[in-house]
Amino acid sequence: MRAPMSWLAEHVDVPAGTTGDDVHAALVRVGLEEEALHGGDVTGPLVVGRVLSFEAEEHKNGKTIRWVQVDVGEAEPRGIVCGAGNFLVDDLVVVSLPGAVLPGGFEISARKTYGHVSDGMIASERELGLGDDHDGILRLNAKGYEATPGDDALALLGLDDVAVEVNVTPDRGYVLSIRGMARELALSTGWAFRDPAAIQAGEGTGFPVTIADDAPIRGVVGCGRFVARAVRGIDATRATPRWMQQRLTLAGMRPISLAVDITNYVMLELGQPIHGYDLDLLQGGITVRRATAGETIVTLDDVTRTLSHEDLLICDDMGPVGLAGVMGGNRTEMSERTTDVLVEAAWFHGVSIARTARRHRLWSEASKRFERGVDPALQAVAAQRVVDLLVELAGGTADPLGTSVGDVPAQPSIAFAPQDASRVTGADYSDDETRDALVRIGATVDAGEGTTWRVTPPTWRPDITERVDLVEEAARVVGYDRIPSVLPSPPSGSGLTRPQRLRRNVANALAASGLTEVLVAPFQAEADARRVGAEPVRLTNPLDERRPFLRTSLVPGLVETAQRNAGRGLTDLALFEIGAIFRVEGDHGTDAVPVGAARPDADVLATLDALPTQPRHVGALLLGARVAKQPGQAREAYGVADAIDVARRVARTLGLAVDVRQAQRDWLHPGRTAEVLLGETVVGVAGELLPSLAADADLPRQVAVVELDLDALVASARVSLDTAVIGATPAATQDLSVVVDAAVPAGDVLAAVREGAGDLLEHVALVDDFRGGDLDGAKSLTFALRFRDAERTLTAAQATEAKLAGLALATERTGATLRD
Amino acid sequence: MSNPDLTTRLEAAVTAALEAIAAATTVAELQAAKTAHNGQGSELASLNGSLRDLAPELRKEAGTAIGQARGRVGQAIDARTGELAVAEEQARLQAETVDVTALATRQRPGSRHPLTMLMDEMADIFTGMGWEVAEGPELEHEWYNFDALNVDPDHPARGESDTFYVEPASKHLVLRTQTSPVQVRSLLTRDLPVYVVAPGRTYRTDEIDATHLPVFTQIEGLAVDEGITMAHLRGTLEHLARQMFGEEARIRLRPNHFPFTEPSAEMDVWHPGMRGGPRWVEWGGCGMVHPNVLRSAGVDPDRYSGFAFGMGIERTLQFRYQLDDMRDMIEGDVRFSEQFGMVI
Repeated sequence: MRAPMSWLAEHVDVPAGTTGDDVHAALVRVGLEEEALHGGDVTGPLVVGRVLSFEAEEHKNGKTIRWVQVDVGEAEPRGIVCGAGNFLVDDLVVVSLPGAVLPGGFEISARKTYGHVSDGMIASERELGLGDDHDGILRLNAKGYEATPGDDALALLGLDDVAVEVNVTPDRGYVLSIRGMARELALSTGWAFRDPAAIQAGEGTGFPVTIADDAPIRGVVGCGRFVARAVRGIDATRATPRWMQQRLTLAGMRPISLAVDITNYVMLELGQPIHGYDLDLLQGGITVRRATAGETIVTLDDVTRTLSHEDLLICDDMGPVGLAGVMGGNRTEMSERTTDVLVEAAWFHGVSIARTARRHRLWSEASKRFERGVDPALQAVAAQRVVDLLVELAGGTADPLGTSVGDVPAQPSIAFAPQDASRVTGADYSDDETRDALVRIGATVDAGEGTTWRVTPPTWRPDITERVDLVEEAARVVGYDRIPSVLPSPPSGSGLTRPQRLRRNVANALAASGLTEVLVAPFQAEADARRVGAEPVRLTNPLDERRPFLRTSLVPGLVETAQRNAGRGLTDLALFEIGAIFRVEGDHGTDAVPVGAARPDADVLATLDALPTQPRHVGALLLGARVAKQPGQAREAYGVADAIDVARRVARTLGLAVDVRQAQRDWLHPGRTAEVLLGETVVGVAGELLPSLAADADLPRQVAVVELDLDALVASARVSLDTAVIGATPAATQDLSVVVDAAVPAGDVLAAVREGAGDLLEHVALVDDFRGGDLDGAKSLTFALRFRDAERTLTAAQATEAKLAGLALATERTGATLRD
Repeated sequence: MSNPDLTTRLEAAVTAALEAIAAATTVAELQAAKTAHNGQGSELASLNGSLRDLAPELRKEAGTAIGQARGRVGQAIDARTGELAVAEEQARLQAETVDVTALATRQRPGSRHPLTMLMDEMADIFTGMGWEVAEGPELEHEWYNFDALNVDPDHPARGESDTFYVEPASKHLVLRTQTSPVQVRSLLTRDLPVYVVAPGRTYRTDEIDATHLPVFTQIEGLAVDEGITMAHLRGTLEHLARQMFGEEARIRLRPNHFPFTEPSAEMDVWHPGMRGGPRWVEWGGCGMVHPNVLRSAGVDPDRYSGFAFGMGIERTLQFRYQLDDMRDMIEGDVRFSEQFGMVI
């Protein structure tokens, strides 16, 4: 809402010297949000000048200028160079003299140009910030201004006025008016307030209006009040007075024609949207009803709108003449030929209007106000104000014809204990302060006999329905600054939960080991979302139609992030992300939403909790050099081994050990893919991206990726440990070299050796995998084994015996034989 | 062989041996000198061998002399061995010198994302006060995201121009637009009193620009207990602000409107470290939990009251580190996170 200061000052005693910033600060204190200041960016000297004479001069650059002699009310005329050619001798123009500043910080000075000293500037509308017109300079006489040379053009053009703009929260529709803003300003400052709605309203009779809402929305009849007043014999061709045009413009509305401007002016002043009909074009009486589905209306903007059965219509005997509370129809639109006007001031149900506005994407000044709630006691007053202005400014005569349908609803009162304000806020508001605050917002306070007051909120505050609403009013008026600062005393807590702590450890472990954490938006294309075989969740209204799905895997996002980095020349990458993935598993959602303000029963809660599965995953992508080429150091490239390493590191951080086994995924390299196993359960996959997918992302062939179900791993994190005796007895180390079919996984041989060697085997590691030579189709694997007996020193024979037992099991399971 | 002869030969042999030992400049040369002057076939060895030819009465004296001579040579060898070992070790150390400024780095520097670190930091401040960290799903039922939070069924925030819906829309699932659904989940599942913070990801259908992201993070706080007032809200926020921005940080509350709180306030923080000088910065929204929210979770608003607050993590990071453009936070350019490393 934009409110010109001059307009506010009509209704609040604003002290002289008050700036727009002061007003903003005051309004912010009572809960409005500062948006912007408008106007006030032209500072004098800006005067009216009369063109005495001019000579056109053609210059070498091809430009024609005029050397103008202008009377600006001084003893001597001023010589000014002007590029425009749209003015005549004797025209009244606006002259910015040296020292003036125009919008954009454009300072005027006497300067030499085109061979003359130009002693000021003749301004266009655009240069003054008055409009977009820059086809020539502003000719005041052509615009109907009457002035004499030397007059202050700032005041003449209303450029000395400033509009404060605030953002109005949806609960306070009444502030979308000068009336509301003035009231808030007075509330905040204590300056005296005069209600512009405090006028005597007359009433018309005899115009038939029927409210026939056969399908109220959410149980509320769409039109609660309908006031109509007729004015006859207006001169619709008269110009809107300049002060009104200036205020409308400063408030952000475009002046259109006198009758329309008057309705807009009253809407801005009081917050009551007004519609004016050309009475001669109305056929019979008015009926307010719901549209039938598919019915059409042509609105004022000449758009044909196809209606829904929920849209509320104003109709005459011929059909729709307005989309109630949103926009009038063009059939009964006021025009220059209009002489008789029917003024409509109605109260429409906010929800109904909001739905219609949204449905037709038609957010008008009227719908904006109805949506937030219009004072239901304002209609007769607003209609009267329009009638008065039409009489005063348009030469019309108030006619007895009109109507007033519907009653002003009684405001329910609220039981309120004065100490509630302090009880909720913790501040020491006195009863008097609280009462005074409530009275000043317009409420009626009946203190009665007991300790509880009956408070009746004003008609323009439909948002006040509960005790706490009154508390907020008292608090914002008395001031939030009075609220002290006290730390609450929660019961002693136990810090992060174990899963939270473990997840954080995983993130820290990965970062400490050289990976960079990234956060990727979870929106995916269908091909990516379906790749891992899960049923993806699809958005109804994606931002990007190419990515309507929620991610089923972290990998595509990591690939995309790698692509972005690579595109910026960062080609050695180790990225990780911890985040949710989304999978449809079974039914989810409900057909109806339970109402709020009541705890649903257990069965309903269970259905509300039936959501798509959203486990947290950890994913990593490794690309390029793990170790860059450096002096004495060859480049080492990331590969599947590093991806598996990440999996092991994550597991290790959780006190777990994972195994891997050869596997296949159709998006990973068929020979370089490992399933990550926790016991027998697959908890993730590690491998190299299928090279064609890497190429699709403009990445090199070898991109290692890993993704693990972090929630599953955290849930299995080690909780207890049977600690071993750390023996100080000497170890015996031996190597074991076996020959085995090349297709047998080394891990299988190692597992057999470990199991067969028994408890004496403390540690085993694969140290060599040799192929070639005479090993046709086979490979030689060498294991380093470390044996220890916690009690006594092992003999070589005991160690050998254990080793051979390991070999025996490996032979039995894998066909491995001792290499000679 | 007379004794004077023996004495002469011994002296000569020892002198020769000591000269050879002193002349040895490597362990190998010393070994050669040792062999030549004290080993088999050396003069000393042959003198020692000649003892058996001596008359028994001369043998003892001669043996003593030879033994002393061999002892002198042996000592000289030991001493020289020590000297050479030290010298050789020093030479080797010298040879092993590397340019430490040219050494290979073995491990890449990794980084946490500053947003997650900031969430961790804020969560830690609250757990330090005894609060708990609560979590909830990002894909939520509309009831938790709106109805339970006293958001009117016709509230514009429910529109598709603000909220992501999931197909089929008739099932009423949304990507949560705020972390506030966790308030309701916490109240439904925990015993009172409840003091929780809920950091997490949230979603709105905003086009990306320098100050808006469709996917962003928030931290939400909720305290529901007997006798909770707005003074506790201010106290809690001020504690948080001081922990994060220094002892001079303060909180200012401005009246505002949110459906889920009443009274509601916009909170500003006085940020002493702001670039360009200390000033008030808009930080988030807060207020006293609306009675209807408590009712949605089956909590009696006549007995319990509560406060709630929420702030954007991106925004907090933005003004704490003077980051002009939020887009840097989500593009995943590793240079952004690497600035922070493991510390926020």
